[in-house]
Amino acid sequence: MPEQLFQFLLTGITVGSLYALVGLGFALIYNASDVVNFAQGEFVMLGAMLTIALLGAGLPLPLAALAATGLTVLVGLLLERFAIEPALGAPVVSTIIITIGAAIFLRGAALLLWGKDFHRLPAFSGDAPIQLGSATLLPQSLWVLGGTALLVLGVRFFFERTRPGKALLACSYNRTAAQLVGINVRVMLRLAYGLSAGLGALAGILIAPITFSSYEAGVMLGLKGFSAAIVGGMGNPMGAVVGGLLLGVLESLGAGLISSGYKDAIAFLFVLMVLFFEPTGLFGHKVAERV
Amino acid sequence: MRLAGFYGFAALVVLLPLLFPNDYFVIVVGASAGLHAILAVGLNLLVGYAGQISLGHAAFFGMGAYASAILTTRFGWPGLLALLAGLLVAGLLAWLLARPILRLRGHYLAMATLGFGVIVHVILVQATDWTGGPDGLSGIPPLNLFGWTVEGDLQWYGVIAAAMLLAIWLSLNLVDSQIGRALRAVHGSEFAAQMMGIDTARAKTQVFVVSALFAAFAGSLFAHQQAFVSPDSFNLAVSVELVTMVVLGGIASTFGAACGAIALTLLRQGLVVFEDYEMLIHGALLMAVMIFLPQGLFVGLGQALRTGLRRCGLGRRRDRHRSLSTAGVQDPGSPP
Repeated sequence: MPEQLFQFLLTGITVGSLYALVGLGFALIYNASDVVNFAQGEFVMLGAMLTIALLGAGLPLPLAALAATGLTVLVGLLLERFAIEPALGAPVVSTIIITIGAAIFLRGAALLLWGKDFHRLPAFSGDAPIQLGSATLLPQSLWVLGGTALLVLGVRFFFERTRPGKALLACSYNRTAAQLVGINVRVMLRLAYGLSAGLGALAGILIAPITFSSYEAGVMLGLKGFSAAIVGGMGNPMGAVVGGLLLGVLESLGAGLISSGYKDAIAFLFVLMVLFFEPTGLFGHKVAERV
Repeated sequence: MRLAGFYGFAALVVLLPLLFPNDYFVIVVGASAGLHAILAVGLNLLVGYAGQISLGHAAFFGMGAYASAILTTRFGWPGLLALLAGLLVAGLLAWLLARPILRLRGHYLAMATLGFGVIVHVILVQATDWTGGPDGLSGIPPLNLFGWTVEGDLQWYGVIAAAMLLAIWLSLNLVDSQIGRALRAVHGSEFAAQMMGIDTARAKTQVFVVSALFAAFAGSLFAHQQAFVSPDSFNLAVSVELVTMVVLGGIASTFGAACGAIALTLLRQGLVVFEDYEMLIHGALLMAVMIFLPQGLFVGLGQALRTGLRRCGLGRRRDRHRSLSTAGVQDPGSPP
């Protein structure tokens, strides 16, 4: 049993890293615009599918990944410019429907481009599993873990050490105040969407060799990423990372020990429990409502 | 006079099948639109009037449908009794969930209701012994109403139309009752409502239960009408579509919700001819309506019409509760 537990943990952390990256994307956009971007999962799908397509067109993997990320960033920027900016300040329900509409639109586009089939990206460094005691680990999992660690550190560095990062943080605290000290809030908004789309695309590229990808691949991933961001406390990027890892591990343990069919139910039950006891997530700040 | 719109709408609903008794689009798609209208009108009480979002309403729809399906096929219960049992189950669960869930705000509430919907859907897929799993349950007997068995598309249109009119009538009256005013106050500002002596937790619980009952009721009718249920009819996409209907028609308007439901049902039916382009167009339309008509198709157009009429010196003044309810359309969680 303990050996199996170790295996579940490894799987959970790999999946959890993915949720963490998607959740990070949610947090970035929420911070900048108070919008929950339900198309975040579609960024992940686009990253994976575009890489597969470009690879198929003869580009080498690093170049294909780079180009796919760039294209997804462009999609994120277009989404911001044409769907979010015109609706800034709209009620929550409207922005939710706009981003869900965007998600359906992107899914529809992917369906037209690549059909309903599942596609797989070859693993970056072979498929020979690595033996770790009694558990096995795919080399691709190492790529996922390493990639996530790098990206999370990169985002932290960006927020703590760079001027644009600090400006973005200022916008998330108070947009009006940020504007008053000379920060261009519009540019920051675009930065957040581009960054978040790029993060999503990279997450998709890292995981595609393990999970396969299809036009619908982003739906559940998006929901899990949203869960990660909520569990961590909406708008707290590092909270989203912790939330994602927690969610991945719990889901993997639930699938292994209870039932794999119920794994999504277990994940969401955990989210509900967290919310019932901590209505603003584990690391969210309490908000006071002005009357 | 207050119900003038209602009588006009009812006349239209009755007149349509008389004019086109054999039209597939009117009878079959119309019945489906009617079911959606019941769901949307119920959800509108929660989303539109009380300002509480729910992305898991398909769960209650599914509970009503599966209660009817399981109780009639496996236990031989009469349809009406199974329908009542479905209402009881959905209502009870809604009542239990209401307090912890409706304590949440904004996106946290969206997440919680979404999670609830996914959990119920997973159970419908996985609890194969009871629900038949992904294949669903078939062979649901026709509905028997006090000795009259509902058969054929035209009779189903009649039953669903009557149910829809009942739902709209109930909603219109509820909105104008003390509960309705309490809900609008909650929507405007929950704290202010509390200061006025409204038990906001109780008001929100009541409306959550009522909207769950509407959904379960529609679910039971759906199960009998289709004679078949499967989990796909109650997944997240359906929950999202229900919210879309409410918002599309115009939030906090009973007729807006009903018209939104009918419009979206017709639209989806019309888009089927585009096959692979259906999703692309559907997504683009959702975005476009929300960006250009944020108040919704019918309320937005209606307001434009009314302003136009007033400018010409025609039409009556807007009554006060209408302006109150539209002024309240603003997210309670977002900073002012």
